[in-house]
Order: sequence, then structure tokens, then C-alpha cells
Amino acid sequence: MKNMISNNTFVLAVIALISFSCTPQGNNPGVLEASNAASKVYVAPGEMDEFYAFLSGGFSGQVSVYGLPSGRLLKVIPVFSVDAEKGYGFNEETKPLLNTSFGFIPWDDAHHPELSQTDGVPDGRWLFINGNNTPRIARLDLSTFETVEIIEIPNSGGNHSSPFITENSEYIVAGTRFSVPFPQKDVAIDSYKENFKGALTYISVAPESGEMSLAFQILVPGFDYDLAHSGKGKSHGWTFFTTYNSEQSNTLKEVNASQNDKDFIAAVNWKKAEEYLAQGKAKTVASSYTRNLYNERAHLATSETLEEVQVLIPSECPGLIYYIPTPKSPHGVDVDPTGSYIVGNGKLSADLTVHSFDKMIAAIENESFETEIDGIPVLNFEDVVAGTVESGGLGPLHTEFDGEGNAYTTFFISSEVVKWKLETWEVLDRIPCYYSVGHLMIPGGDSKKPWGKYLVALNKITKDRYLPTGPELNQSAQLYDISGNKMELLLDFPTIGEPHYAQGIAADIIKPRSKKIYKLDENEHPHAIKKEDQARVEREGDVVRIYMTSIRSHFAPDNIEGIKVGDKVYIHLTNVEQDWDTPHGLSVMGARNSEILVMPGQTETLYWEPQRPGVYPFYCTDFCSALHQEMQGYIRVSDSDSDTPLKWSLGESPA
Amino acid sequence: MLMYCSQSSPESADKETSVTPAQEKSPVSTDPLENKGIGPITSLKLGPIDQALVEEGQVLYQELCTACHKPNEKFIGPAPAGIMSRRSPEWVMNMILNPDEMLRKDPIAKQLLVEYNMAPMANQGLTEDQARNILEYFRTLE
Repeated sequence: MKNMISNNTFVLAVIALISFSCTPQGNNPGVLEASNAASKVYVAPGEMDEFYAFLSGGFSGQVSVYGLPSGRLLKVIPVFSVDAEKGYGFNEETKPLLNTSFGFIPWDDAHHPELSQTDGVPDGRWLFINGNNTPRIARLDLSTFETVEIIEIPNSGGNHSSPFITENSEYIVAGTRFSVPFPQKDVAIDSYKENFKGALTYISVAPESGEMSLAFQILVPGFDYDLAHSGKGKSHGWTFFTTYNSEQSNTLKEVNASQNDKDFIAAVNWKKAEEYLAQGKAKTVASSYTRNLYNERAHLATSETLEEVQVLIPSECPGLIYYIPTPKSPHGVDVDPTGSYIVGNGKLSADLTVHSFDKMIAAIENESFETEIDGIPVLNFEDVVAGTVESGGLGPLHTEFDGEGNAYTTFFISSEVVKWKLETWEVLDRIPCYYSVGHLMIPGGDSKKPWGKYLVALNKITKDRYLPTGPELNQSAQLYDISGNKMELLLDFPTIGEPHYAQGIAADIIKPRSKKIYKLDENEHPHAIKKEDQARVEREGDVVRIYMTSIRSHFAPDNIEGIKVGDKVYIHLTNVEQDWDTPHGLSVMGARNSEILVMPGQTETLYWEPQRPGVYPFYCTDFCSALHQEMQGYIRVSDSDSDTPLKWSLGESPA
Repeated sequence: MLMYCSQSSPESADKETSVTPAQEKSPVSTDPLENKGIGPITSLKLGPIDQALVEEGQVLYQELCTACHKPNEKFIGPAPAGIMSRRSPEWVMNMILNPDEMLRKDPIAKQLLVEYNMAPMANQGLTEDQARNILEYFRTLE
């Protein structure tokens, strides 16, 4: 049992950190002499970065893409939150992506990006990221850098231990951080231990298309399933989930979920799960959830509702899942590049616990179990532990690897990264973070083949690092050179929202696959027009469809009359440009909507309900040419009972 | 001290600089029919009009060009009718295939840009075969 001393230690450490943070930093230990550091991050104008970095936007709901080592922001990809800049969630085409069993939700909390892998190495095809609040996983296509699919996770609350892919992208996972009644029902909250359950969900990824489907869920005790990583190499076929709140408390978790000296790492044998599924051992459970898929050729997302899931019950499926006792409410769980070691980052501790996959398998074969919880055997800690890293830091959260036998762990409370050696467990180096580091990322650092050149620390507190911007500050990332024996701080750069986890990959893998345009002749949007002479306006009842084209620098048509108050107007704009970097935007005065921003060859739809008679300008919002200012038009809106005829034109008076 | 030698990327796509008048002198002839323009097409011999190519070219023209070019009247850009008596076939194809560089360097293209109110010729991403088909269609426009 954990005693109050450890809690007091934690509080004292936090206080110590705050006073530390507020102390002016005279010398920044580990910072290279400025010009030397500058030369390492300088990417000359016109030159390109060596790595892409994908940072979660946290409570922004998005993914931001940076170049490394420069720290230049390349793009913000909207995922779970609407984004007026790109019309995402505002145009008719992308609204279905944000549909859930609760209806349209304009936001989520995005935590852990994870690149698709082939043979345990990032392959640059897709990026997956979890939404924590209303449990979901999104898939981004890295040839277009767009969100193309979002699947909802039923029977879960707080999709945090997700997506953490398997080494050939067979599955991504989704463990519930906030256990909930299974299935959902109206019960007293203090009936937690009786009614609340966890779900560990496996979502299969189609090898060619990347499309996600919910393969199965494992019903587990109502702990908080915090983080995960899937095995690799020898441990391929397993996934490891950390737990806290094995106390199963439902209130004041700050204290009550920190009572047990050890919680667990859940080790799931998903190949065994596949066997049980094939044997028909799964129960079919009614569960309503949505799956939303964007069709790149139709430039259109559709949402479907699915009604059932396959559920495996551990007590009926021996060998499916084991618990490994792990000290101090472990947060991150990280598997080294060989797949031999499973690092439990005990966040209320000074030390790291490293488990051995081989010892775990031996303990399972010997059936050396300490006890059993709801049919899940609990292994003996001593049977499985490979070593302890006595770090001297406080509050370990996450570990990544450099592929050279070294591991790098973040310590939130002592605000530092500690480098240590696998198998000897000795600390080799440590370097401060400014301030309060959470996740860290080495490109490929959770894969079989890390690019062990740079490390990015993703910090929770910014304080005095940048020019002040009022009470709210952007959060901070810091870039370290890890190519030598000593880590060296090179660069600070601000981030969008809160960067939880991040992923990095050599730019050369992604660059050749990046699309420049959508081909017009492949456009299958149901309301696309491909020639300007097809531009027209059609009325059916109070639904008016304006079929419009754009090219530098005019819309066709650009004069429209005969629209009436109360009409439901859909402006279907096809951008007939076929050159790179020639988007056109479109906005209409008074439309209670954002602009749309249409890429070359793409069709998007702006929805507008005109409210008052008058003449309303519309215009191109993205500076497109020397005649961009002239790229504008007018729509005349008449009273609902008027008989103004429907007319449209370009370059002449409406006829 | 840092020394960087870098070549500017040929693909650098700056929407506004694509209309920047270039300073360099062009070596091309002052006779428009002798000017082959700048781009992938250096020499082209025309035979009898191939009606199959004309039909393919007309479809492409209608899909990708008519937003700015009406066949017989000035619109956003010039009308292609009669273009074969004004320009070399190489120039026409290079203007279709390589408009960004043509607008920066070719004296006729530069002059047309000014004449047409700084509306740049858009690169519609055509293949050489597609541009050749459009050229064949242009040969039928008097």
C-alpha cells in the first residue's frame, strides 16, 4: 500500500518545481553556444527540413506539422475540431466526418498521433490520432495531409490509451481511461465497482485502403487504462496498456486512485484474441457508433451508424490478457526497438520499472500467478521485472529510444529528460526542460528503427520562455541534438494547443507521395462541374443549387438573381485549376458559415440561408493572382413571395 | 560563420511572383513565327490535320481552357482562332506546358500578360500529348 509519505513527497516536489520555474535562468545548462546551436537548426531560405514532425494539438483537436530541425510550422491539419481557415466542418463535404452517435460535435481533445508502420518502421502512409473526450480515432492521409476517416469507439469513456499501432498496421488500439457502465445505463455513480467496466478496443486497418473497422473489444475491470504501446519484433502480437486507479475509486481520484503501491500493465495477446474470434468465443453486444469516411474522388465524406461489437470476456478466454504489477500509477508504457523490454513510467515515483518480455512469457508458461482479477491472471512482479532505472529524477512519464541501445525518459516533476542505457539501467546524461515536460518524441523513436538524431520535448508549461502574450501562452516544444554522448538543447518553438505525443519521420519518405492537385477528370463529386459552360443555377422547391467554377480570376457565374429569402442555397464550387498551390476561397456576406477553401480540381459546398432582401457580394478569400481583388460577384436576394426570375451570367448583364 | 550555396528550386511556386516582369534579355527572334518560346518543345513539324487529334483536343480545350479562352473572341485571355498565323506551333505548346517560365522570360508572353490586364496563363498540368491535341484543334480555328 502506498502511504501518505509518497503523496507528501509529490506535493513537495510540485512546490519545489514552481519555485524552480520562477527562478530566472542565468545559464541554460546543456545549451550549446548560440551560434553553434543556430547552425544546427538553420534551414536556409528555399531549403527543406530533414524530418516531418506531427504534433498533437491537444485541446485544439488538431494536428500540427512542423519541419525539423528548423521548428517551422508547415501546416495545421484539422481533425476533430472545425477549422474556419480551411472550411473544415463548415462545408457540406466534411461535416459528416464530425458526426457521432451524439450527433455533430465540433471539437475533441486530440492526444497521440501514430504513424502507420510496415515491419515496425513508419511508412508515411497514414497518421492516426485519438480523440479523448468523445472516444474516436481519426486517420489522416499523408499524401494529401487531410483527415479522411473518423471512427467512434463505443463502450469507452476517455479514449486515452490510443492509437499505438501494431508493427504492420494490423490494428490500432483504444483503451478507456474513464471506465463507464458497460453497456451504458443509468446507475448510481457510487456503484462503480459493481457496474463500471473498461474496454480495450482493437480497430483493424485495411492494408491497402487504410480503412478502419472495429474488430473486437475486451471487457476488463473498471480501472483507468492510461497509455499503451504495441509490441514489436519478438513481442509482436502483444499490446501493453498501463492502468491506474486499480482502486476503482469514483471520486477524489487525486488521492483515492493513488492508494495502491502498484497498479498494472495489462499485456494483451491479440493474436490469441484472433483465435478466440475465429472460434466464435466473442459475444455480440449492441452498441451504436459511427464510422465516417471521406472519399477523395467524390471529395465527400459519408457517415454510417453501426450497431454491434464483438466482445471477448477474459474469464472465458484464457491466455488473452495478463496483469503485470508495476509501481506508482504508471503513465507511459514504451517498448524498446528490439521488443524485449517494456518500460513502465511510474509517474508518482523516482524510478522506472523495466519488464522483460522473455521473463513475462516464462512466467506465463510456468503459470506463476500472484492472484487473479476477474479472470485475468496477475503475474508476480519479481518474475517479470528486468531492472529498475534509479534516475534521481521525479515523475517519469514517457520513454523513447534512439536505436543505439539508449532510452530517453521525461520527468515531469523534475522537468528534465534523462538518458539511460538499456540492460545496464545506468543513467548516462540528463538535461533540463523549460518547463514540465510531458511526452517526448524522437523521429521513429517508438518504432523498430529510430532516427536517433533529434529529440523533441513537449512541455506543459511555457512561463517566461517567449514574449508574454497575456495570461494565455502557447505551449512549448524544445529540440535537442542527441547524436553525441551529451544531449544539447538547440531550439525552442511554440506549439498549437497542447502537444501530447508526437511522431517524426524522415521527410524523404513522405515528400515523394505528397499530392499537388486533385485531377479534375477524376472528380466524382455529385455536384461537380468540369467546364465553365456547365455553370448554372437550379431550383427545386426552396432548394437552390448554384453550380459554380473558379479559375484565376473569376467565378462563373458571378451575377445571380432570383434567390429568395428562406431559400436553402447550396453553392457547389469546383476549382477548375490544375496547378499546384492555386486554391480559391469563397465566402458570401451574411452567410452564417465560414468560407470554403477549394483545392485545384476539388469541389466544395457552401450552405447559405439568405435572411433579408438585398444584393450580397461574394468573393475569393485566398489571394490567387494579380486580379484577385476583382474575383468577386453578386447574388440578388428577393422577398420570399417575389417573382424575380432565376438568372445567372458571367461577363454580361443577366439575360 | 555560415556559408550557404543553394539553388533556387525550379518549382518554387509563388503566386505573386509569377507575374513579375523579368529583366533578362531573351535570345529569341523578333519574328513571332520564328519564336519557339521556352519549354519542352524545341522543334515540331506539322503534317496534314489529323481529325482524331482535333476531336481529342477540342474536348480538352472545352474542359480545361474555356474558363479563360473563348475560341473566337477575346475573353480573360486571347482567342486561339487564327493563332497558327501569329505564333509558331512550338510557342503555342510551350505556352500551354510551361506558362510560368514563359510569362517571366518570353517577350511575347510578357507583352500579352500586360495587354491582358496581368491575368496570368494558368498551368493546367497537361501532358505533351494533350497539348499537341489542343494544338491540332487550334489548327482548325480560322
